[in-house]
Amino acid sequence: MKYQTQKLAYPYFVAAMGLFVAQVLGGLIAGTIYVFPNFLSEILPFNIIRMIHTNALIVWLLMGFFGATYYLLPEEAETEIYSPKLAWIQFWLFLFAAASAVVGYLFGVHEGREFLEQPLWVKIAIVIVALMFMFNISMTLLKGKRTAISIILITGLWGLTLFFLFAFYNPSNLSLDKMYWWYVIHLWVEGVWELILAAILGFLLIKMTGVDREIIEKWLYVIVGLALFSGLLGTGHHYYWIGTPGYWQWLGSIFSALEVFPFLAMVIFAFYIVRKSTRNHPNKAALLWVLGCTVLSFFGAGVWGFMHTLAPINFYTHGTQITSSHGHLAFYGAYVMINLAIISYAMPHLRGMQPYNQNLNMWSFWITSSGMVFMTFTLTAAGVLQTHLERVLGMNYMDVQEQIALFYWMRLGSGIVVVIGVLLFVYATFAKGKEEQAEIR
Amino acid sequence: MSEGITKTAARNIFFGGTIFFFVIFVALTVHSHLYIVNVSTDSSTLNDSVARGKHVWEKNSCINCHTIFGEGAYFAPEVGKVWIKFGGADDPEMGKEVLKAWMEAMPTGIEGRRQMPAFNLTDQEHEDLAAFFEWISRVDTQGWPPQPEE
Repeated sequence: MKYQTQKLAYPYFVAAMGLFVAQVLGGLIAGTIYVFPNFLSEILPFNIIRMIHTNALIVWLLMGFFGATYYLLPEEAETEIYSPKLAWIQFWLFLFAAASAVVGYLFGVHEGREFLEQPLWVKIAIVIVALMFMFNISMTLLKGKRTAISIILITGLWGLTLFFLFAFYNPSNLSLDKMYWWYVIHLWVEGVWELILAAILGFLLIKMTGVDREIIEKWLYVIVGLALFSGLLGTGHHYYWIGTPGYWQWLGSIFSALEVFPFLAMVIFAFYIVRKSTRNHPNKAALLWVLGCTVLSFFGAGVWGFMHTLAPINFYTHGTQITSSHGHLAFYGAYVMINLAIISYAMPHLRGMQPYNQNLNMWSFWITSSGMVFMTFTLTAAGVLQTHLERVLGMNYMDVQEQIALFYWMRLGSGIVVVIGVLLFVYATFAKGKEEQAEIR
Repeated sequence: MSEGITKTAARNIFFGGTIFFFVIFVALTVHSHLYIVNVSTDSSTLNDSVARGKHVWEKNSCINCHTIFGEGAYFAPEVGKVWIKFGGADDPEMGKEVLKAWMEAMPTGIEGRRQMPAFNLTDQEHEDLAAFFEWISRVDTQGWPPQPEE
């Protein structure tokens, strides 16, 4: 590790791991409620536990992105972070806001738009946190070297900050509300977050393979170009049935179908670069997460997204467990795995030791990933049946849910596997390693 | 691979293309905004009660069990047409009463059934929530949800 301020990543990664555990435990409770509906029904109803599950996910992914930026930006810009103090204030404010939100949810303090349930003051705190962060890294970039990776990263992060502002616009007209709500949700996860993902991916590949930066950066521009050219108008696949005009069924279908290609390009890119590798990097675990990330994001975001994105199909599948299956594997493959990749890569440096517990880390990769893939299969099966029974045959919603109960049992089983994998990852990351060995350069 | 273009060209295509598609997206958003206000929703009946009803829906985080226009959690039924299901379209007074009675009967506590919490709404809140459900049931959602013959 060349720069002192890269250490700023450490608290962010620690907090990310803590919230990751909270997130999967929340998921475990939610999955349990699906099979034992009376479980905790008076104390912790499903709507509350689901808010914790989704919000903890978003917050820990953001923590991970912030940490990743503080880790990679000094190396890219070849200069220290502009203000370490500001980074620390940002960290504590964000952690405080996130923790207050979660505790508030338990006591019924929340707003009620999906994923944007944070009370107003927390939303304002998030904006302040984001602006502090953007100021800090923009100043760093201004005084340092500007590479394609850092430019793509900062473009994604500025997009993230700006589109969040739509969280403050909540018109009384439900259709308008939904149209602008997607400016936050879709333009984050199927837009600017893909830039952040690509930048972290590019950084890790340069570091671990030793392949020429020029080749990697050119590819990155092609990938993020494909992502936004398809993803911006691809927002239309959320505008089919919410009161928006019919032409979105054409536009949304065509452009969101193209959203597969940036993910396909990422798989080809990553495997091609790794094959050309001129370096035998010791951190095999991080490389595994990098390659796994491209593959599972291709399946989760790409293939599973395509499966129900065409309007005539979506007409039947919209709002069923199909959506849920896609949501789980897309978030895991793309954003969870890229975070775990950079954490696996950076932690040994941050803690000043050799890549340690690599076998455990790789076990956690296989356990968590198989758990998530199996969960996706069970939810897909549940969703196909639900679509047919409810949307084609016209059976009552609750009767259908009883018909697909078996799949919820299997989903809970896969959820337990995921929790075990996650705990193993945290253990492998934080447990005592081979401290006697000198820091690798 | 892709030796054909330079990095600078790739960067320019990225930024230029992004601006191009974003401008189109914003323009279509403006058009859709006007379409929603003037065509697909009934702005003239969007009164304070409907607006307050939407707030009741949000304050109780209903979306984290139910779906509305297919969006939300998938743990409980869709509510976009619940007003019609409860008979409110033909008899608004009955629709309101059925909705209120339904909510006040929760949670059922029946073993093995999904439980909806007791939200203890005031009479005014029940009234407003019903107004909200009535209003959204008339939004033109391009024929969604599918209505198979039962």
